[in-house]
Amino acid sequence: MTPDLQCIDLTKRFGETTAVRDVSFSVPPGSFFSILGPSGCGKTTIMRMIAGFLEPTSGDILIKGKSVLDVPPNKRPVNMVFQHLALFPMMNVADNIGYGLRRAGLPKAEIARKVGEVLERIGLPDIGQRRVDELSGGQKQRVAIARCMVLEPDVLLLDEPLGALDLKLREHMKIELKALQADFDTTFVYITHDQSEALVMSDQIAVMNHGRFEQMGTARELYYRPQTPFVAGFVGDSNRWRGRVERADSDALELRTESGLLIRGNAHGRALGAGSSAEIFVRPEAIRLSHSETDLASFDNRLKGRVTSLLFNAAASRVLIRGDGSAGEIEVALPQSGEFDGLSRGDDVHIGWSGEQANCFAAGTD
Amino acid sequence: MRQGTRFGFFLLLTPLLLWLSLLIIIPHIDMLLVSLRERVGVGKYQTSPANYLTFLQEPLYLWTFLRTAVMSVLATLITLLIAFPVAYYIAKMAKGRVRSLLFLLCLVPFWVSELVRTFGWMILLRETGVISSLLQYLGLAERPVEMLYNDAAIMIGLVYTSMLFMVVPLITTLGSLEDSVIEAGYDLGGSGASILREIVIPHAMPGIVSGCIVVFMLSLGNYLTPTMLGGKDSLWFTELIYSQFIVRFNWELGAAFGFVLLFLSSFIVWVMLRLTGQTLEKTIG
Repeated sequence: MTPDLQCIDLTKRFGETTAVRDVSFSVPPGSFFSILGPSGCGKTTIMRMIAGFLEPTSGDILIKGKSVLDVPPNKRPVNMVFQHLALFPMMNVADNIGYGLRRAGLPKAEIARKVGEVLERIGLPDIGQRRVDELSGGQKQRVAIARCMVLEPDVLLLDEPLGALDLKLREHMKIELKALQADFDTTFVYITHDQSEALVMSDQIAVMNHGRFEQMGTARELYYRPQTPFVAGFVGDSNRWRGRVERADSDALELRTESGLLIRGNAHGRALGAGSSAEIFVRPEAIRLSHSETDLASFDNRLKGRVTSLLFNAAASRVLIRGDGSAGEIEVALPQSGEFDGLSRGDDVHIGWSGEQANCFAAGTD
Repeated sequence: MRQGTRFGFFLLLTPLLLWLSLLIIIPHIDMLLVSLRERVGVGKYQTSPANYLTFLQEPLYLWTFLRTAVMSVLATLITLLIAFPVAYYIAKMAKGRVRSLLFLLCLVPFWVSELVRTFGWMILLRETGVISSLLQYLGLAERPVEMLYNDAAIMIGLVYTSMLFMVVPLITTLGSLEDSVIEAGYDLGGSGASILREIVIPHAMPGIVSGCIVVFMLSLGNYLTPTMLGGKDSLWFTELIYSQFIVRFNWELGAAFGFVLLFLSSFIVWVMLRLTGQTLEKTIG
């Protein structure tokens, strides 16, 4: 099947700086593709090139198998939901949604019917005559999507559209966006710096840094099997050590950190020989917290330590533990099963994690 | 305490009240009264609308009046047509220092007085002036060309004098239009013309209307430019008022003319607001 959107070796330079460097990807029809990266990583540049507002320095963009480099933005079969939505404040909701249809020269009755249909679909059937500034944040969001979807584009681009919403609404809109995408059955390309938006909604995610794609994969792949230290650090939280490989037995490694801690980790196919220096990432939620050492028998990393502080943040609560005889603090997720409700600063605890969960990378490639 | 704040309030309000009443309200009331009296003998007056009737019965007065209004509307439209692209470029396309520089360039001519600026145009346009000499030098004209003292010269002067008052409100309103809104227009399939018509102009409407009102008022009430660039035959309504007051010493008729002009300008502004569907509050605030 021809992918809806395909970018081949896309590069964009602004004078001396290279904003996007040899980026290639393809998005199959009907899927939700996200580009995740910190601000300034070049993700907006990619989006603007796809929409046609910027011309790539080199490389090609294909939509449904056809190159669109020579097609101006108002003729491309892609539409974009802007960061601040960019609804037309001088028009009411129906005129906003009908703008593209009017430009396409559709008859009035047809426009009215299509606008009515799409309003129905986004669950706001009666707001056609309202002014844009009378809408709530979530309604504006949906109108902005409807304004694009009514044109039935091959690809819908979304440029951090949830950024301006408050937390509760953002959580709600994530689910709604995913549902709308499934409902319209259109390819969505979504860019964001918020990993939870990308993880929740996407079929495929590309993590981007310094103008390059670091890794492309499903949310699970990025989370469990990051391929670069950047991805390991950017997606989810991690405890991070620097150390030297003491023993390597295919993928299973034994490492000594700079603070003297012995850690068993896994290279997951990356080349890491004995003696090379490495970076080790362990997620706080991969570490088991226990009152007794016997519970941890199945883990190959075990440590006795003392609670130095408790960071309560509801479901994302953390315990900071200083291991006996080591300098660094280890961040451990606090289980909310009731077992550790009485935990307080200064308590002795045991922690353990499996070497499989400790992702090791050759140091200095970040 | 309350008494004190109230006193302070009136104290602060006094300069404004004095300004308004002494310089605007009282003179206008007096002017209205003057315009409504008719001299029947030496030092004898009676109240009558005779001055207004004179205005209506004398074709020259009516003609001048109409001409002034039409020319002012035309000057406003020309100013708008020239100022809009300039303002759009400064507000939306120029960036950083270029933008400030261009804005400054619009402002520079207004650092000298209107009189000097008008003399500048006279130096350019007169028979022995720069343009005339240049045309002769290039062989495009055989003898000196007089470009002063016609309607085109008046129009040039009026447009030039008013430009800033159109550019500033336009830059302000166009500057508040987000770039992404224009981009969204393109993204949804709009062409340049349709975006201008459906997005940019509706957004800039308050600025367009307020700029037009100011430029129209300035043109209608301008005395210097029409007199100097249009000469004796310029037939500008303000000249009629001047000659009634100063030359003819007929204050009664002059005052009536003044009020007719006031009503005319108010009426045209009202029509302009109605036509564009704007309100005065929206335009000013």
